[in-house]
Amino acid sequence: MKHRIARTAATLLALAAPAVLGTAALAADALANSVKIVSSLPRTGSANAQTTSMVNGIKMAIAEVGGKIGDTTILYEDWDDASPQRGNWDPAVEAQNADKAIADTSVVAYIGTYNSGAAKISMPKLNTAGIVMVSPANTASGLTKAGLGEANEPAVYRPSGKINYFRVVPTDDVQGAVAADYAKEIGLKKVFILNDREVYGKGVAGAFEARAKEIGLEIVGTDGLDAKASNYKSLVTKIKQAGADLVYFGGTTQTNAGQLAKDIVSGGLKAKLIVPDGCYENAFIEAAGAKALQDRCFITFGGVDPKLLKGKGAEFYENYKKTYKTEPEGYAVYGYECAKAILAAMERIHKAGGKIDRATVLAEVGKTKDFQGALGTWSFDENGDTTNRTFSVNTVKNGEFSTVKVVQ
Amino acid sequence: MTETEVFLQQVIYGLSNGMIIALVALGYTMVYGIVELINFAHGDVFTLGGFLALTVVGALGAAAILDPNTLSDSSHWLLLVGLVVTAGLFCGFLNVAIDKVVYKPLRRAPKLTQLVAAIGVSFILVNIALFWGGAPMEVFGGGNAAAASKDFPEILEGSNLLGEDSNVVLRLEDLAIFVITIPLMIGLTLFVNRTRLGRGMRATAQNPIAARLMGINTDRVIAATFLIGGFLGGAASVMWAIYNNTISFQMGFRAGMDAFTAAVLGGIGSLPGAMIGGVLIGLIRAMSDQYIETRWTNVVVFGVLILILVFRPSGLLGLKQREKV
Repeated sequence: MKHRIARTAATLLALAAPAVLGTAALAADALANSVKIVSSLPRTGSANAQTTSMVNGIKMAIAEVGGKIGDTTILYEDWDDASPQRGNWDPAVEAQNADKAIADTSVVAYIGTYNSGAAKISMPKLNTAGIVMVSPANTASGLTKAGLGEANEPAVYRPSGKINYFRVVPTDDVQGAVAADYAKEIGLKKVFILNDREVYGKGVAGAFEARAKEIGLEIVGTDGLDAKASNYKSLVTKIKQAGADLVYFGGTTQTNAGQLAKDIVSGGLKAKLIVPDGCYENAFIEAAGAKALQDRCFITFGGVDPKLLKGKGAEFYENYKKTYKTEPEGYAVYGYECAKAILAAMERIHKAGGKIDRATVLAEVGKTKDFQGALGTWSFDENGDTTNRTFSVNTVKNGEFSTVKVVQ
Repeated sequence: MTETEVFLQQVIYGLSNGMIIALVALGYTMVYGIVELINFAHGDVFTLGGFLALTVVGALGAAAILDPNTLSDSSHWLLLVGLVVTAGLFCGFLNVAIDKVVYKPLRRAPKLTQLVAAIGVSFILVNIALFWGGAPMEVFGGGNAAAASKDFPEILEGSNLLGEDSNVVLRLEDLAIFVITIPLMIGLTLFVNRTRLGRGMRATAQNPIAARLMGINTDRVIAATFLIGGFLGGAASVMWAIYNNTISFQMGFRAGMDAFTAAVLGGIGSLPGAMIGGVLIGLIRAMSDQYIETRWTNVVVFGVLILILVFRPSGLLGLKQREKV
């Protein structure tokens, strides 16, 4: 009872005292002088380890500028676009995130998404609202390039006619080709192509197929698998009958790549497996079991193992390990680079004496040119894509990723 | 591989997968037969059984009773039976507890209320599995990323019983499914048909009020039903884990969906119906993967279900029954 009286009195006092009011106004002022960067990544589900690492990267970039550009405070919020029901990104949640970002006028930049399918949902919304979106991980070609995805892509994501979507990772048309070239290089001839029937998986599998035809790999079959199936033993039998010496799976850890790898082994199929960057995370090794991947599985990735980064990238790697006491996952540096590019744009606005808001940040991020970051020196091209084209082919040795080839 | 070999292989896979589905389906059909509730939480009870099994294996590994490096070199039948019993009992008593806490107070409520309660329990269990997955179980490389699929160690030796050169693969785990599932099914059938409690179950299924009038303790019958249904679900989760070598917090979703479909296909409420339905769905899946395309498999399974329900609305072995939800 005493407590409640005290609290009521305090409330009354707060309402009455002009001094307190003054402080409140000051606080509001400080808030007005702040802008927010948000990220929308799948935080629930097996991508969590990967996305935690990316969020750490973003936080590091903001901490490096002291959380401030000029006298503008940079706030950051880490949003989840997954739901426990799906254990993976959820279209409804991603749509909510985009709406939330639009409604909150202090949001000036949106880092995301992780999954290309999710990007399709937020891209047109944020485009209309004029908020810059920088993705650390979307690789589906159709999001930015005409003629590689659906007929109406990418115009459908740009209702305002302007480009607001940028990405720091190279796209799947390149990634699929790198995988096909590598398959040929190690002497594989007959390939069975699978995809997970998602935007990303279908896209990269399509790119692989196109390149495989070009360079004369024989395609003995294609199929789309059910990511929630309990196993793929029957499918593996079909692949075995087709006589494939390579299985290409366009999919991610979340769409059951680990189970597929296991069933290839248990079904007695003596074929290699190549998977794209959606599997370049430790969760994939955990799900598949190191034994099923050893000397059998190759993972392409639009970049290099964090350990092999050079220059500013090497600094990032060292700082990351020092700050978080763990090894960064493959995409941590991309989260970092996204935030860095956005912060650099804000810095340029500040130097030119402009006000940091949605419109200026959008315009300035687009002008990123010869940016010297952790991924090397790169620019955003006219589509919003990075000019960086580095890819690596990795395998799994003794339960750890190990790079076998780097393609520039 | 010749056509015959391919067909044989798909039959093996179809039967193995189908048996697991059938075990889970029995849990649905038994509970439905007695209390007319579609227990949507059953699939998730199954999930927790898998997690318990992994925790037990992990604990044995941590206590140095099992050696992670040599575990898969030989077959551990005793461990397998131990896991089936442990996970079975765990799931059985969990099922009984859920009934006591959630379903029993709602027994006289409208059927829809119970159904929604079951869905609610399902969500709770999925999230418990999610937390459980976050617990450290790294002994066998399981990792502690909550939502990641966990690698379940091989406890049966994995070589091909038909010889390494044979195109058709038959492994101990395929056999184990038959060796464990078939006795369980026979035992259940005998139990229901030959024992006093089994007779009580049949009576309660036919008419609960009349059964009570005849002096049958229906509460006890219901508890026994949940216990047995849960036990079979737990046993199935261990079979599932050793067969797929993966468990995840979502494994109950698809397993439950398939099993529920199997129960409806066979005629919900009918025990042999659930067994036949499960095996049938396993076979249809395998054949569709092989002869149609994997991407069409779900369409084929549910297409068959619809066809059967059009011609036999109460399922393959279902009887015309009182109106149920």
